[in-house]
Amino acid sequence: MSNLNVNYDTSIPNNVGLADDKRVLKALEQWHPGYLDWWKTMGPDGFQESMVYLRTAVSVDPKGWAQFGYVKMPEYRWGVLLAPKEEGRTIAFGNHKGESAWQEVPGEYRAMLRRLIVIQGDTEPASVEQQRHLGATAPSLYDMRNLFQVNVEEARHLWAMVYLLQKYFGKDGREESAELLRRRSGDMDKPRMLGAFNEATPDWLSFFMFTYFTDRDGKMQLESLAQSGFDPLSRTCRFMLTEEAHHMFVGESGISRVVQRTCEKMNEAGITDPYDIEAVRALGVVDLPTIQKKANLHYSLSLDLFGSEISTNAANAFSAGLKGRYNETKIDDDHVLTDSTYPVLKLVDGKPTLVDEPALTAINMRLRDDYSADAGKGVERWNKVIAKAGVDFKLELPHVAFHRAIGEFGGINATPDGAVVDDATWKQHRDEWLPSKADGDYIASLMIPCHRKGEYADWIAAPRVPIDNKPGDFEFVQIAA
Amino acid sequence: MQGRGHDARGRCIDFGHGPPNPMTKAIRQHLIDPEICIRCYTCEDACPIDAITHDDNNVVVDAGKCDYTMDCIAPCPTGAIDNWRFVTEAYSVEEQLSWDELPEQEDLGDDESTLGEAIEDDIGALIATAHAGTGGRPVAPASASNPSINLFSRAHPAVATVQGAYRITEEDAGSDVRHIILGFGETSFPVLEGQSVGIVPPGTREDGRPHDIRLYSVASARDGEKRNGNNIALTVKREDKGLCSNYLCDLQRGDKVNVTGPFGSTFLMPNDPNCHVIMICTGTGSAPFRAFTERRRRAMPGADGKLVLYFGARSPGELPYFGPLKKVPPELLEQHLVYSRLPNAPKEYVQDRMRKHADDLSELLCSEQTHIFICGLKGMESGVDEALADICRAHALAWGEIKPTMREQGRYHVETY
Repeated sequence: MSNLNVNYDTSIPNNVGLADDKRVLKALEQWHPGYLDWWKTMGPDGFQESMVYLRTAVSVDPKGWAQFGYVKMPEYRWGVLLAPKEEGRTIAFGNHKGESAWQEVPGEYRAMLRRLIVIQGDTEPASVEQQRHLGATAPSLYDMRNLFQVNVEEARHLWAMVYLLQKYFGKDGREESAELLRRRSGDMDKPRMLGAFNEATPDWLSFFMFTYFTDRDGKMQLESLAQSGFDPLSRTCRFMLTEEAHHMFVGESGISRVVQRTCEKMNEAGITDPYDIEAVRALGVVDLPTIQKKANLHYSLSLDLFGSEISTNAANAFSAGLKGRYNETKIDDDHVLTDSTYPVLKLVDGKPTLVDEPALTAINMRLRDDYSADAGKGVERWNKVIAKAGVDFKLELPHVAFHRAIGEFGGINATPDGAVVDDATWKQHRDEWLPSKADGDYIASLMIPCHRKGEYADWIAAPRVPIDNKPGDFEFVQIAA
Repeated sequence: MQGRGHDARGRCIDFGHGPPNPMTKAIRQHLIDPEICIRCYTCEDACPIDAITHDDNNVVVDAGKCDYTMDCIAPCPTGAIDNWRFVTEAYSVEEQLSWDELPEQEDLGDDESTLGEAIEDDIGALIATAHAGTGGRPVAPASASNPSINLFSRAHPAVATVQGAYRITEEDAGSDVRHIILGFGETSFPVLEGQSVGIVPPGTREDGRPHDIRLYSVASARDGEKRNGNNIALTVKREDKGLCSNYLCDLQRGDKVNVTGPFGSTFLMPNDPNCHVIMICTGTGSAPFRAFTERRRRAMPGADGKLVLYFGARSPGELPYFGPLKKVPPELLEQHLVYSRLPNAPKEYVQDRMRKHADDLSELLCSEQTHIFICGLKGMESGVDEALADICRAHALAWGEIKPTMREQGRYHVETY
């Protein structure tokens, strides 16, 4: 059988020849029961017996990797799928530039590589845990199905990272794989490794914001790891990116539909002032200023995931050839960066100012800039929806100094415009810039489930094109199946 | 031969990749919906011929380069990729980059479906014939999967290898029907139950032109004749002097065959396990129903929906798959095998047996979960249609109203040849 096709003959679907790799197959089969326990206790709350219209990868070939059909989530075929191997691939950056890509772990970088894989792996189950209660309040069966699709694919990404750990890191890898199932999002004693992955996802607007802003950090990280000189990691991440695109879609289209519904209801009611929050909320939709505040929150939390602007760890991973930049091969420079600089936003005389820093230590900053540009494009498309409805309002991304806990702006208070302010001013205006408790309560009050096929909660518009060309009244989840 | 094919279905119409009809000069242009696209550029990576490009505003397909490889369709997470317009002059890349939304389909002065069936002459003719018995525009079942269509064409066929070929009617029976298994190796050839493939017979006609492509229903489930074997099965009856059927029936293991398609976007298996599926066939019309049954066995064991088969042949020896059918458990498939040439027995046809089950069938006809599929020789649909009308009359139902409703809801399908 071609290695483009998933091997379902063994208990773990894969295109990495597991059947012939008894050691790794056994290790994964031993890990599997613990994984299923994790899914049952920390995966979606309820709906485990429901038939969900999900896509499953049966091949990494463009024509075969998205097969749609009804499946019960615990019976989803989580597999290990790597993008096809490029013969003769060389390392594109760092000190090993031009050398053949590694098929085995380079000994001198073993610890660093393991750490990169574990951090990536830790985010995958974390988001499933964060979103586990959302099924109960889904605004439609379509949205519920999208949530579960995101969940099963994040879980598959955990599989992908665990495969690398088990295959290439021996006993250490087995222990790390077990730890990935032990940590819990938001747990005081055993938290997930990164801050944003310990925040709750209490409602669907948060979920859409999370998939738009936070999963986009995941996309950027995967894009950089897809450049890795360690070929199995590169191939793993390349295939994960094709799935990650769906998560971006859920976020972008989700927020777009919320914005659209708000504008529609405002127009129907003849409300022209988007800041007349009371009047807009009386319509049972989320007012645009609150959507802005939610964006402020999730964007700033996600920026923290990029770490410090100046980072020797990031420099080392780059020089080692383990983690590149976004679109590394398309960048026109020497890809070694020993002599070049990159403009980094720093706090100078109390003001955010661009300062040239060695490009090598500014790797995180560059990735974060790429992220901001990418995130900004979706905001423009939401604004087109608002403009089309004739409402006078524009969403925008806050300044990168706003509401930060990590890096150059971690210790200061800044407004969404980037002006540095004192504690008192921050406290006074905080609720104008970030969702208040009352905002959260209002959003929570809208979270009434709508689980009848073809119907949507009143605060969100129906999608223009549901998934897989299905009609809008398609039963995306058969709850009582 | 089973003459079947795809049909017009809203915006997913596919009319093959043959030359445009000189009457209309319309070309089918591939476009991306800028209002739905999230600019993930997955399509751009997937396109093997670099026909997709983007700027800061949009991701667009260059009509001058697009060769309908369809590699971009499945990986798109949004569905934005699956948009088509018939145009007399293609929209340029620059024009598309400036769009905020897709243009409406321009009025080409032709009925869409007529235009569709005329573009590729050989397949178009087969489609028109095969679907005529539906009595109106066919619609796919609501829960059917989204089919891939026209991934391979005469100019770019998939090359399959014969993995098995054997007779499935008795040696002394008048009808020689073969079960042929085609493997695609490393080529992805995704099919759904109910779809057909085209077979390109080798050689040319006396006048030097290539032979017509013949369409055959796939008789295996979407995940392969052998599960995940990346292969399909066909059910082929040897026709006296039939060029393609004799070619296929004479194939030996290891032989190479050029395959086009897949075709068909309405005669498709409903995925919903609550659906009742009534399958009515004769002869090799059983091929899609073998696929339906296998799909349900593999993917929906214990489904609540009924699977009911009315299958007609002259005798058990001439009934394709008679042996294997006997092993299918009644919980999975309710079987009614009907024979018209049994010694010492009156002739019986599928419609006769259906009339005997009028109570059960009328009850099923009242359910919105019920789908009817008819596949077999041309003309059988009228006998079945009369039987259904009789059954309805006897139970105070109006078949004249039920049938168009079922058709519009994607629950009534006819493919006869």
